[in-house]
This record gives sequence, C-alpha cells and structure tokens, in this order.
Amino acid sequence: MTNATITTTDTTWYKAGTISDVPENGGACAMIQGKQIAIFNFTRRNEWFATDNLCPHKQQMILSRGMIGDMSDEPKVACPFHKKSFSLKDGHCMSGDDYTIKTYPIKVEDGLIFIGLNE
Amino acid sequence: MKNETQILVVGNGMVGYKFCEKLKKKDPSGAFKITVLGEEPRPAYDRVHLSEYFSTRSADHLTMAPKEWYAENNINLVLGNPVVSIDREKKSVTTFSGDVYSYDKLILATGSAAFVPPIKGVDKDGIFVYRTIEDLEMMINQAQKSKVGAVIGGGLLGLEAAKALLDLGIKPHVIEFASRLMPRQLDEAGSKILQEKLESLGLTIHLNKNTSYFDGDATVTAMQFADDTRLELDMVVISAGIKPRDEVAKKAGLTVGPRGGIEVNDILQTSDEDIYAIGECALHWGMIYGLVAPGYEMAEVVAENLIKEHSKEFRSFDMSTKLKLIGVDVASFGDAFGAEEGSVAITYENKDKGIYKRLNLSADKKRVIGGILVGDAESYNMLLQMVNNKMALPPDPEDLILGSRGDGKSEGGNAGVMNLPDEALICSCEGVTKGAICGAVTDQNVTDLAGMKKCTKAGTGCGGCVPMVNDLISETLKSQGKVIKKVLCEHFDYSRQELLDLIKIHEYKNYDVILDELGKGDGCEICKPAVGSILASVWNEVILKQATIQDSNDRFLANLQKGGTYSVVPRVAGGEITAEKLIVLGQVAKKYDLYCKITGGQRIDLFGAPVHQLPDIWEELIDAGFESGHAYGKSLRTVKSCVGSTWCRFGVQDAVSYAIRIEERYKGIRSPHKVKMAVSGCVRECAEAQGKDFGIIATDKGWNLYVCGNGGAKPQHAILFASDLDDETCIKYIDRIMIFYIRTAEPLMRTATWLNKLEGGIEYLREVIINDSLGLNSQFEKELQLLVDTYHCEWKEVVENPELRKRFSTFINSDESDETMAFTEMRTQKKPANWKA
Ligand SMILES: Cc1cc2nc3c(=O)[nH]c(=O)nc-3n(C[C@H](O)[C@H](O)[C@H](O)COP(=O)(O)OP(=O)(O)OC[C@H]3O[C@@H](n4cnc5c(N)ncnc54)[C@H](O)[C@@H]3O)c2cc1C
Ligand code: SF4
Ligand code: SF4
Ligand code: FES
Repeated sequence: MTNATITTTDTTWYKAGTISDVPENGGACAMIQGKQIAIFNFTRRNEWFATDNLCPHKQQMILSRGMIGDMSDEPKVACPFHKKSFSLKDGHCMSGDDYTIKTYPIKVEDGLIFIGLNE
Repeated sequence: MKNETQILVVGNGMVGYKFCEKLKKKDPSGAFKITVLGEEPRPAYDRVHLSEYFSTRSADHLTMAPKEWYAENNINLVLGNPVVSIDREKKSVTTFSGDVYSYDKLILATGSAAFVPPIKGVDKDGIFVYRTIEDLEMMINQAQKSKVGAVIGGGLLGLEAAKALLDLGIKPHVIEFASRLMPRQLDEAGSKILQEKLESLGLTIHLNKNTSYFDGDATVTAMQFADDTRLELDMVVISAGIKPRDEVAKKAGLTVGPRGGIEVNDILQTSDEDIYAIGECALHWGMIYGLVAPGYEMAEVVAENLIKEHSKEFRSFDMSTKLKLIGVDVASFGDAFGAEEGSVAITYENKDKGIYKRLNLSADKKRVIGGILVGDAESYNMLLQMVNNKMALPPDPEDLILGSRGDGKSEGGNAGVMNLPDEALICSCEGVTKGAICGAVTDQNVTDLAGMKKCTKAGTGCGGCVPMVNDLISETLKSQGKVIKKVLCEHFDYSRQELLDLIKIHEYKNYDVILDELGKGDGCEICKPAVGSILASVWNEVILKQATIQDSNDRFLANLQKGGTYSVVPRVAGGEITAEKLIVLGQVAKKYDLYCKITGGQRIDLFGAPVHQLPDIWEELIDAGFESGHAYGKSLRTVKSCVGSTWCRFGVQDAVSYAIRIEERYKGIRSPHKVKMAVSGCVRECAEAQGKDFGIIATDKGWNLYVCGNGGAKPQHAILFASDLDDETCIKYIDRIMIFYIRTAEPLMRTATWLNKLEGGIEYLREVIINDSLGLNSQFEKELQLLVDTYHCEWKEVVENPELRKRFSTFINSDESDETMAFTEMRTQKKPANWKA
C-alpha cells in the first residue's frame, strides 16, 4: 500500500487506511512516513483522533492498543501497560505525570482516513 | 524506682489481659509496674472464639495482643510458669519453677477449668475437655482416628463442641443429664425446636441421660448409661460446666465459696484487701460469671479503683447470651423464664421453619423483661436493649416477635436502633454506649465497622453486638446525609454488584447500551473491563464481539509483555501433558522464535509473539488439539495437581483425574479477578492447595475443601470450608461459591479479600453455601451450569472468523512487524530489550 498524499498550506495529509480498519470506540496503528501513529475511532463521540503510538512512560509502542474513554468529558486514552491516561485533545498526561504525547490532525473523507503531518 | 506500685497479675487469660490493657490506658505515666505470670505457654488469646481454631489452625489469629505489645507497654510477661503459692505476710508469690515475685497489689485472674464429673473411667485416653488451644490440638489428633464421638453436656459450650466434632468429620452425640438442652437458657418448647434443628444438622441428642462409666482399656471405646443403654464411640468431650481455679487462693487462706470461687466484695477485693480476684475465678455474691463481658467489667472496676480508690463498684451483670456457630440462632435474655411476679408470656412457634420465640412482659404489660429466641434471633440485640433500657412496648407487642409483616424488616430492626437512649450499652464486652458509637461517626468520621473497632473497640469482644453497631453506623451516616456508596467510577453510580443485578434483570448485553441506560459519559478503563467481565460472567458470549471494552490482555486474548509482544499459554489441564503435545509446543516455539518458560501453574508459556502472528500460532496449536488457557483472563487460571495415588506412594486419592475434571468444568468462566485452584493427593499437600482460591486436599474419606487462599503480594492461607466431601458435593460447593463470588465481589477483588470483607466471614459463607440460608443455591447452580454449557475456546472463534482475525494487525496499512521491537539474547533464548527511561 502506498500513501496517497494531499498537501494543503503547510500540512501534508497522508492516507492511513479505511474507516473499517479501526474498531469502533477503539484504536489501531498506522505507519506514516516511518512514524507510528495511533488512530482512534471514538464512535460514541462521533470523533476521530490521532496521536503518537509511543507511550512516554516506558517508551513502549502501544497506545493504539489502549482503551479510550473520558474523564469529566475530556476524551482520553489509557496505556495498556500501566494505565497512564493521555488527553486525546492535546496529549497531556491526565494521571498526574509530566509527559505529553503528540496529537495530529485527522480527517475522514469518503470512508478514508487521513493524518496530517507538518513538514 | 521505689515509688512505683508493683502490680502482679496471676493468669494471662482474657480478663487478665484486659486488666493490663485498661490499667495501662488509665496510667500513661507508668505509676504502676505490671508483671504478669501465666500458666499457658502463649500470650492471652480469645477463648470465646476458640472454635475458630478448627478452621484457621492458627493461634496468632486468636491472640489478644502479641508479646511485643507487653514489651512496648513495659509489662513483664512471664509465660508457662504458674504460681503455686502466695505468701501474704511477705506479699510475694512463688512460681512452679521456684521464682519469687513480690507485689503491692495482687490480681488473681486465674479463670476456671472445665468441671470433670467424677465418673468411673473418666481418666482414659480419648476423653477431652474444651478450654485451651492444647485441648483442641489433642482433639484434632484423636478425630483423625475417630468416627463417633460424644459430648457430655448440652449447654452453650457443649453444643459448640458438638458442632466442632461435626466439622471434624465425626458423628456427634450430645449427652444431657437434664430434660432439655441449654437448661439454663431455654424452656421446654425452645429446647424441643432447637433439638429438631440440631438433629437435622446431624447431631444425635440424648436427654435425661446419666453416665455410669466409661468403658475401654487405655482408650475409651464406649459409654455405659444408668438406664442400661450403651454407646460405642471413639472420643468424648466433657463440657459439664466450669470449676473456678481457686486452688492457690484457697491454700493461701483466702475465703472461697462452698462450691468454689474466690469470694470478693463490690470492689472485687478478696478477704485480703491487697488481693483482688476478677473474671471466672471470682465469686461475687454467690455468683460466678462464666462470660467475658462481666469479666471485662471486673477488670475495669479494679483498674479504676487502683487509680482512684473506691471510685467504682461491680454490679450484678446481665447474663443474656446468644449461641454462636452452631447454624441455629439461639438467644436468651433478661428474665428468660418469666420468673418475675405476675409476668405474662407471649409465644410464637413455627415447627415447620423451626422457630420459637417467647417474650415475657411485665405484669403491667408495659415492658419486655426477657425472653427466648430459637431459629431466628435477629431481633435479639434490639430486644435486649428494650429490656436493659426499660423501654416502653410498641402498641402491638406481637410485632416484636412476628416482625411487621410484609417488608421483612422487623419493627425492632434497623431504624429502631436510633430510638435507643444515648447511654444504652451496645457493646457490653467493651462497655461502649450508643452515644459513643454515634459520636465516633459524627465527630471522628468513622464510616465502617473496621474503623469503629479501632476507634471505640466496640464489637471486638464476643462480637454479638456487631449487627447493631453496623446499623448504628449506617443510620447515623444516613441521618447526616452522608450515604457512603461504592460506585464503579465517574461513569456509573452503581457498585459492581448492583450493576450485575441490573444487567441481568434487563438482559443487557452491550456496553454502549448499558452506558446509555445506566451510566453517563463515554466510559473509561475502569468501567469498561468491569462491565466486560460482568457480561462474560452472566452471558458468556464471545468477548471479542466487544473487543475494545476488554482489558489489555483480553483485548488480544494474550498476555501483553514488555516490548509490546504477547505470550501464549495453551491449557494443560491438571498439568498433565503427552509427549506428542510437548513436541508440538517445541515446534511452534521454534518456528515463531518464542521464549519458553514453565509457569507456576504447571503449564508452558511461550513469549515474544507480535500481535499479528497470534492467530497463526493459535491455528497450529488448535490443530494439534490445544485450546486457550485463558492465562490472559480474569477467570480460572489452572488447577495445579500432584500425581496423587496413581503414582505417589503416599497418595490416597487420584488427584490428577479430579484436577482435570475440575479444570474442565470451570475453564473459561470469567470472574471479578483470576481464580486459581489445586488438588493434592494427600495431606502432604505437594500441590500447595492451601495457597489457592480453591484448594482440595485428599483424605481417606474424600476431599477437604479449602477456600479463599491467595499467593501474590499478600499471601493468605485458604480456610478449611468443609471436610471429607465426595466428588459431587465438593464440586457443588465450588459451583455455589463461584457464583456467589461472581455476584458480590467488587471489580478486581480476589476471593481472599472478598472473604475478608464478607460480613460474617467463613461462618456466613458456610451458612449460605451449605445450609442455603439465602435460598439461592439452586439458582447459583443453574447459573454456573449455564457457563459450563456455553464454554467455547476463544481462540478457536478467532482462528475461524476472518473478521475477528483481521483485528490482530500491527499496522493497518502495512504487514510489517514493528521494527522498534528490540530483542537481545539471554541463556540462548531471546528476551525483550529493557525498559527505556
Ligand atoms: C469454647 C469456649 C467458648 C466460649 N464462648 C463464650 C461466649 O460465646 N461468650 C462469652 O461471654 N463467654 C464465652 N466463653 C467463656 C469465656 O471464654 C470466659 O468467660 C473467659 O475466658 C474468662 O476469662 P478469664 O480470664 O477469667 O479466664 P481464662 O480465659 O480461663 O484465663 C485464665 C488464665 O489463667 C491461667 N491460670 C490459672 N491458674 C494459674 C496460676 N496459678 N498461675 C498462672 N496462671 C494461671 C490459666 O491457664 C488461663 O490461661 C467461652 C469459653 C470457651 C472455653
Ligand atoms: S500430596 Fe501426597 S499424594 Fe500428592 S505427591 Fe505429595 S505426598 Fe504424594
Ligand atoms: S511477580 Fe511481578 S515480575 Fe513476576 S510475573 Fe508477576 S508481575 Fe511480573
Ligand atoms: S508504558 Fe505506558 S503507562 Fe507504562
């Protein structure tokens, strides 16, 4: 599979897969430009999110397999290793540590998922 | 230091200990120097709960305070060295070993011994009394060689001893000289109902029986009665009353009663004003108090008077009692027989249910003065309070024994406790009033029983007041508007148990629906797996239908390991595996380059599989006849076994076959937390079953079932639940306990913690499971059977279902492995790179 790309101003959009690749209310991982990106299909909120797949706690490539949910309405993902939670909106750690993960722009068009990277 | 007063306590029993505790509390500056001389080899223990020793086999469990406590409080504790004489002139005592201790004040707390009637042959082996841990150890030994036993004495203690024999697998006969059971507490009608109940539990009761002699050579083999009948047996327990230990006092010339007991006045001084007697050895106005509560009150009086002379007197004490342990509620309180002039009795009897209640009303019918409860003693505490506080009768006094019909809560029940006056004594052992208990809740933020015990000591004695203390705590909390509720997380205002009930009633099967109907928000990593587990426990559908609510391991049916790979554990039931299957495991491990290790549960763990290879690996394993081992699930892990009687020269049962049968039955059943089991082929216990949630140990008559043990971070020995069970009964009990646990535990609560938190503990569990006190057992069995019938190998479902299989991908846009996964080598096998940072 090659990545179809669309470029807008300074964000380049890469195709990551089709919506059926990502389970409802769950995540999956895509390899974009050599980078592991976690993609979340938050069906319940009717929203999509994309973040780093790397959990900064023990440097594990895992967040796409984490569990999503909310804390006081802030959407989040909990790492499956030690359950540290990260905001899906801005990537800050919601379990009291000093980590942040990167979040990426994401859009869905005609059943295709696109991730935006700033070059 | 000379101005210290030397206090010498003889006897380190319950009351002797309590005296030390109380005096220490009243004397923080240490004006009194306490020395304790005890005869028994261990520090004071809780004799009231002695029978628990049969199931826990742990003396520590009963200890009132460990030796360190005495040291920390600067109390000199000398054990295993009884006092043999008192020199009142020199104010000193001499011990068995010849040591001499002097005193300023001497406290005799020598308790009592079992009274052994002078019957011919009573000194034979196999005849025991029931008073100390050593007595119980000897009984346990003898019980292993015995089938039939007798208890002499049908009183409170005798019945407790008979129940103990029953639990030891012995058929007990109770021999009572009087014409009824518990003659001091019950009337004829109450005794009759009790007798029927006990007989249905397996006790044989003989009334009006007079023993002529014990037969047998060295060891007792039979009892011969005055009516020319005879009973062949293997052991006898004598429980015919108590004899105060007044021998040393008597030798020293102190006044003792004609039938024993050291005479004391109202401040508990003996005929020598520097010598006090407290507890079961003391004779106060012709009365020996054979209960702890009055003993503790005596300790309080003496301690108080030592601090401030003649500030407190001992008054005659309420002797109300409630029989514990036997599986039948029996209580008698106040003026049980209605001896008061002109009193009237109202009674209620239900032969079918085995209930008898009698209330004695005062002549003016304004107050309850006492009564008897058999078969249902729930209202005991409340009735006792009404007697003690001279409270007025409700308009319909029969409600007190019938319960207000309909809602099941008796008039005297929950809310009634708040009507008690503040000075009502709730815990008589520790002398804690209602005011103190409610005060602890309002002023010291106590919210539960454990906190209350710490804060006020209420409920730490005989435990009889515990239900009432609980009611007071919850009612006080309620009145403050502070309803403490266990909720799952911010998304559900329900406890796990409530949620499970609702899911069942509404037949919900989908997390999103449940969140819509019962919760709020979008869920989280606490409620999702908890609901996932409940759904699996209740409906047992394929969990991957809702993969994203499953916990880390369940989500991919494998154990997530460091580095992001998974480990694979096929089921090896009972730890038995053929050479062919071992070879397949080796081949699969080699092909996929997996690290191999034998687990603690007697199976083989293959580590290092990337997520996308899991279905391929399992396909090969399933083809070779393996199935999922559920090592990833909160469910039955393994049933460990020893080889048992098929190979082992000591084995008495076929442990492996039974372990396999058990594992096949419970495999795949999801529960609040993981469940481990084991089966050992004899008492040597090579399978370490007592460290498991369910441990089964072979006896020559069947299986002993141990429950709620735990290894892990907080090890806890499993407790003997029932003995000598046949194959079917053992399984039936496990079935019931499993469902009861599944229904009532909190999320991620192991059975050990569950039992620790279960109100009423192991005894209550026995009530529910063995005596069906909730009437739910047939329901429990049905539910368990549904789980057995719907068993499926989760991996087979995945391997055969392309949709599910597709989810096992590392990347959605590439078939590559994760390049960032790094491995190194160790002892010729692979291992993941260490955690970074
Ligand atoms: C099986 C059982 C069940 C019971 N259940 C209940 C119940 O449900 N409710 C209730 O209220 N009560 C119950 N009791 C009674 C209760 O245990 C006693 O009332 C209580 O233990 C009395 O305490 P004590 O300190 O006076 O005597 P003990 O606890 O007997 O202690 C006396 C101690 O003094 C030692 N001693 C004796 N002579 C000497 C000496 N010369 N020198 C040194 N040490 C000496 C003894 O060895 C013993 O250790 C039960 C008793 C038994 C045995
Ligand atoms: S528990 Fe008993 S039967 Fe089993 S291996 Fe050990 S000694 Fe043998
Ligand atoms: S004891 Fe600790 S390190 Fe060992 S398997 Fe268990 S959780 Fe892992
Ligand atoms: S690696 Fe993610 S929480 Fe520890």
